[in-house]
Amino acid sequence: MLAVIGTLPEPGAPLLTGPAAWDGGPLSVAGTAVDVARGTPALLAAASATALALGRSAPHAVLAGDIGRGDGSRAVYAHLVETLPKSPFSVLAFHYLQPDVDWHNKVLFAVQAMRPKPLLLADAGFMYAAKMSGQATEYDLFTPDAGELAFLADETAPHPFYARGFLLSQENRVPELIQRAHVHDNAARHLLVKGVTDHVARGGEILGSVDAPSESALEAMGGTGDTLTGVTAALIEAGWNIPRACLAGARVNRVAGALLRPTPASQVRELIAHIPEALETVLRDEGL
Amino acid sequence: MSLLDLLRPKGRRKQAPSTDRGILVFANTSEVIRAETVLKAGGWPVTVMGPPPELQRGCDLVVVYPLIETARILNVLEEAGNPPLEAAPLSGPLLKPVDLYQIKDFGRHLMVRAANMKITVDKETRVIVNVSGGGCPDVPWLARELTGRPLDEAASPRDQGHTLCAYALDLALKEMRRLCSR
Repeated sequence: MLAVIGTLPEPGAPLLTGPAAWDGGPLSVAGTAVDVARGTPALLAAASATALALGRSAPHAVLAGDIGRGDGSRAVYAHLVETLPKSPFSVLAFHYLQPDVDWHNKVLFAVQAMRPKPLLLADAGFMYAAKMSGQATEYDLFTPDAGELAFLADETAPHPFYARGFLLSQENRVPELIQRAHVHDNAARHLLVKGVTDHVARGGEILGSVDAPSESALEAMGGTGDTLTGVTAALIEAGWNIPRACLAGARVNRVAGALLRPTPASQVRELIAHIPEALETVLRDEGL
Repeated sequence: MSLLDLLRPKGRRKQAPSTDRGILVFANTSEVIRAETVLKAGGWPVTVMGPPPELQRGCDLVVVYPLIETARILNVLEEAGNPPLEAAPLSGPLLKPVDLYQIKDFGRHLMVRAANMKITVDKETRVIVNVSGGGCPDVPWLARELTGRPLDEAASPRDQGHTLCAYALDLALKEMRRLCSR
């Protein structure tokens, strides 16, 4: 089972755990309606749409309200430390959480007690914490965008805000940045680098890239990285190996974007509505 | 952290515990003590220590604070009339905030990226139409607050937000305003 762990942009919202089902409207988490705008709800809606289309069970959500004060993230972290060792999850996807090295390490320690050990995916704030902690290589997949890849490639930067300019300006040198992140042990075993071209890497080497269909407006649309991570996580939970899931996830996200015919003002919930059809297209192309 | 790693002597662990801490540099010790009092009263786990050798200015004490919450902490200190001379990562006191912007012109829409944050504006209406990127939990909330607002009426992400992502978004918004005022 896939567990998606993150936050809600609602100040003071209490810890919310349970299956996350999406049918085109608000996301339903353990019976509670959650608005799908961007962030972890967008990831969950995309993962849920993918999982249900594949005949899998809905992802399990672990969420709490947090608008940057860290209170909701700490509630999530405390819940994970207590419950993970005896939980049945096969894939854990960590997302918008306040980066906190101490809490990160406590959560990773709880994960080490899980049997069998789940696959570990990290995006957004938890990926920052994983890199800051020096434990990036414990992870199976990171899903950075261009600015975040520069941060992973910069062994001195504690946050993308401090990534050095000579790395940030290397938009066309993704392979070098991937290699650099890998050499300094600041990358997970696999990277899915989101961008104009999506790249999938293992051990610092690019295994494959996806650049079509291409809708340049998607770069401006908040949440498209979240949906890509969500689709990919659901495919991994369904048993696809990580590189294949990343490449197919990138294609699903792009086909969904092409079906939407977006402008830079389009909102991600419009894209998620096209994921089931896009998934069907990609599965057909895969001969499934 | 692997179980094996926990058994290693502390100095050989892979973990770098200071990487999520920042330092606040002040002109004199009185300001350091005032900042420590204000921040502790706000519930932040701050401590006072000697400055790293790389620092060339400030007094002989600095305040150590949670780096991620830079935006909120600077706001609180400014409101208290006690802003620092400088805020920097403890693990790299000479590191500077991003000052490089990527600009993308979609025709009717313009996008500015600062570090990991992107903001997009409709050039005809000057309304913010999208915010993307980022990883700290105030980003989805700030995105909701900003999207649909006229560029000139949008509140500063640094004032509303709490984290370094909010700070980066603030830089992107300022750069967008600069570009749109030409």
